Amino acid sequence: MCCLALLCAAPPLLANPYMETLPNGLKVVVKEDRRAPVVVSQIWYKAGSIDEYNGTTGVAHALEHMMFKGTKKVPAGQFSKLIAAAGGRENAFTTQDYTAFFQELDKSKLPLAMRLESDRMENLLLSEKEFSKEIKVVMEERRLRTEDQPHALLYEKMMSVAFQDSPERRPVIGWMNDLQNMTVGDARAWYHRWYAPNNATLVVVGDVSHEQVFALAKRYYGKIKPAVLPVRKPQVEPEQIGIKRIDVKAPANTPYLLMGYHAPEIRDAAKDWEPYALDVLAGVLDGNPAARLDKALTRDNPVAVSVDASYDDTGRGPGMFVIDATPSQGKTAAEVEAAIRAQLGKVVREGVTEEELKRVKAQVTASHVFQRDSMFYQAMQIGQLESVGLSYEDIDVMLKKINEVTADQVRQVAAKYFTDDNLTVAVLVPQPMKGDGHAK
Amino acid sequence: MPNKLIAGLFLLAVAGAAHATLPIEHWQSASGAKVLFVENHDMPMVDIKVDFAAGSGRDTAEKAGLAGMTRHLMALGAGDLTEDQISGKLADIGAELGGDFDRDVAGFSLRTLTSQRSEAVDLLAKILDAPKFDQKVLDREKTRQIAQIREAEMDPGHIAAETFDKLLYGDHPYGLRGEGEIDTVRAFTRQNVVDFYRTHYVTDREVIAIVGDLTREQAQAVADKLSAGLAAGKPIPPLPEVKLPTSAETKMIPYPSSQSHILIGYPGVTRDDPDYFPLLVGNYVLGGGGFESRLLNEVREKRGLAYSVYSYFYPLERKGPFEVGLQTRKDQTREALAIVRKTIDDYIAQGPTPKEIAAAKDNLVGGFPLRIDSNRKIVDYLAMIGFYHLPLTYLDDFTKKVNGVTAAQIRDAFSRRINPADMVTVVVGAPSGG
Repeated sequence: MCCLALLCAAPPLLANPYMETLPNGLKVVVKEDRRAPVVVSQIWYKAGSIDEYNGTTGVAHALEHMMFKGTKKVPAGQFSKLIAAAGGRENAFTTQDYTAFFQELDKSKLPLAMRLESDRMENLLLSEKEFSKEIKVVMEERRLRTEDQPHALLYEKMMSVAFQDSPERRPVIGWMNDLQNMTVGDARAWYHRWYAPNNATLVVVGDVSHEQVFALAKRYYGKIKPAVLPVRKPQVEPEQIGIKRIDVKAPANTPYLLMGYHAPEIRDAAKDWEPYALDVLAGVLDGNPAARLDKALTRDNPVAVSVDASYDDTGRGPGMFVIDATPSQGKTAAEVEAAIRAQLGKVVREGVTEEELKRVKAQVTASHVFQRDSMFYQAMQIGQLESVGLSYEDIDVMLKKINEVTADQVRQVAAKYFTDDNLTVAVLVPQPMKGDGHAK
Repeated sequence: MPNKLIAGLFLLAVAGAAHATLPIEHWQSASGAKVLFVENHDMPMVDIKVDFAAGSGRDTAEKAGLAGMTRHLMALGAGDLTEDQISGKLADIGAELGGDFDRDVAGFSLRTLTSQRSEAVDLLAKILDAPKFDQKVLDREKTRQIAQIREAEMDPGHIAAETFDKLLYGDHPYGLRGEGEIDTVRAFTRQNVVDFYRTHYVTDREVIAIVGDLTREQAQAVADKLSAGLAAGKPIPPLPEVKLPTSAETKMIPYPSSQSHILIGYPGVTRDDPDYFPLLVGNYVLGGGGFESRLLNEVREKRGLAYSVYSYFYPLERKGPFEVGLQTRKDQTREALAIVRKTIDDYIAQGPTPKEIAAAKDNLVGGFPLRIDSNRKIVDYLAMIGFYHLPLTYLDDFTKKVNGVTAAQIRDAFSRRINPADMVTVVVGAPSGG
């Protein structure tokens, strides 16, 4: 059995992943992974809430829902049924930066996924009747995920204050009033503007040969005409010039604190260094249970029940380094904020230790291996990078760059970005939870 | 703190075997733990799970939350290492420590690079064998736990789930909250924790699952290391039987949210239940099969009343919950509830159509390869097969058993097992049902 396993393991090929761009502009990336007889197919459209206008916020996500509502050949609901009948799983997701659709299937079913996915790239019906039902579902989704979730609500409000001009200030799911006033025409305009092969990347990972996938892609997507894509305005966020604070009242029994510092994103994977230093900084602050914030705030001198730091180094828009915390009973958000500031100040003044640096790098390097256990994750990584202006080829570059970060670089980015002028603080102010007085 | 194992519900829709599936090896460790192993050298990494019969089903009402607290504290100081040293050393070698906690099982999972296996396993062995249960750490974690219980109470979904469990299970330990109650947690003593640990973290019912880049001999050494320091212990008794409800109970809890959270259910199946496969296939049609299911079709597709609506069986050592859930704008509560009830009643009375059964089988059988396409998924199966004494051929037999299910079996199983007249209903949000 040992030998059998060894025989089955495909040796890593230098060219893997493989990439080809069809004449109509569709980029196809294939990663061969023969560990199991399955395949994951994802199509990524470079169209997210960052591309929306005021008045129709949420239309990127609403269109994602409508993509399951039928074409001339495949009536409403049939897409999901056909994939299910093939033993597949499928879904979709929308972010600020992109909208993506995926299927996971037995490897023999890849042509089915390609046929259905390419069909809805150009033949979506978008009927008034289906839209009027589906937009209600989207509003229920907003109630479920945001309106009734005090932490999510606080995050939404914080972002809307932290950013002044950038579309990052608007929630991906859209403002409720925009959803209430959205029409099928809004969805149709969005679809025609962005759903085209030259605005998409097809990512396939699994027990497939790249030649076979390229041939299928040509067959199913090759005839779709490219679109003239609108010019994307840069919409650069002006520099923040003073601390911003917001209180949010919501039914709750525990306060909650969010602190967001504007931060850069990777634009040139090989040349940039600040985003990688910020990655390491997030790891030093919150990368493991022994990391600084948890230790200082929840154990050594407990003022918080929980505390987290997060930073995403990629994205089409501006970035943000976010710290969130729940105060312990009897402690205020202000006390927790002071304790967090003390820890950030310490990094600015004293930097980080070589031991901490080494620890974070060991974790990043190991998780780079662990991630390969999931074909879905591998496809996600490729699709995300391709959709935010980077390349799948940057995956290894980014790992190398993180490993090159020095302790002094970590101190430098802390000093540069952890400043009051660059900070937004949002506090959840609990309101009574009893009764029914707050129905929307 | 450990949460209820939500992932468990997917296990029901899981499992199956089309090919000569997985070469599972199994044996008993030198000190009596059950070991399951799949060798795989595709990647330089190893996944390990160690599970015990130490979930919240082992709690009592007076000490609700003790099982979870014990599991949580084990990794916070062991042998000569403080909590910071344990997590620091794990981070230094890039290893990931996690674990499951549900009504039946408490355990640890470890993911490590092959090159760091030995150090990672030594750390896990220390956590299992010699937890310190430091008084200061216990006091601190009690305070934190109480705050988290309070915080969870501002989530209408959480309030609904907790109320549902209590109504469904009454005095049975499955009705207890895994995280405990504020009063019970406050009263925990160090001795309580030590006693719980000594009784439950023993090789009786210990299951070790290993997948990845090591040989059988190396796996044997790992398993011995992860069980040698534990006592054999007294046999852990089976959990009490679940009593079925004798009348419908409904609880409406007003909450200042924009939606009502609705849960409807009944005690469902055991992991080794003879009705398992008819109910699995049958539930796919009712509310397990996403866009193919009747519930999603009636509630979401036809009427736009909810984003999420589902049904599932969560199989456990004793009858785990059969649960139907949805969330809808408050003023639609009554309408949604009526549609869901009618859908359930009709389904139990009439069963699925031949077309629906065929669709369910197509998905469950055709999707089998996806259920074991990563080491993580495989190690979860090994642990489950071991803990619940399922046959080692469980995965090989899965598709055959799914294919063998008939419409008559589904109708028969649902009508015997789910009495719609006695179901439990919880609504959090609307003051009086909309």
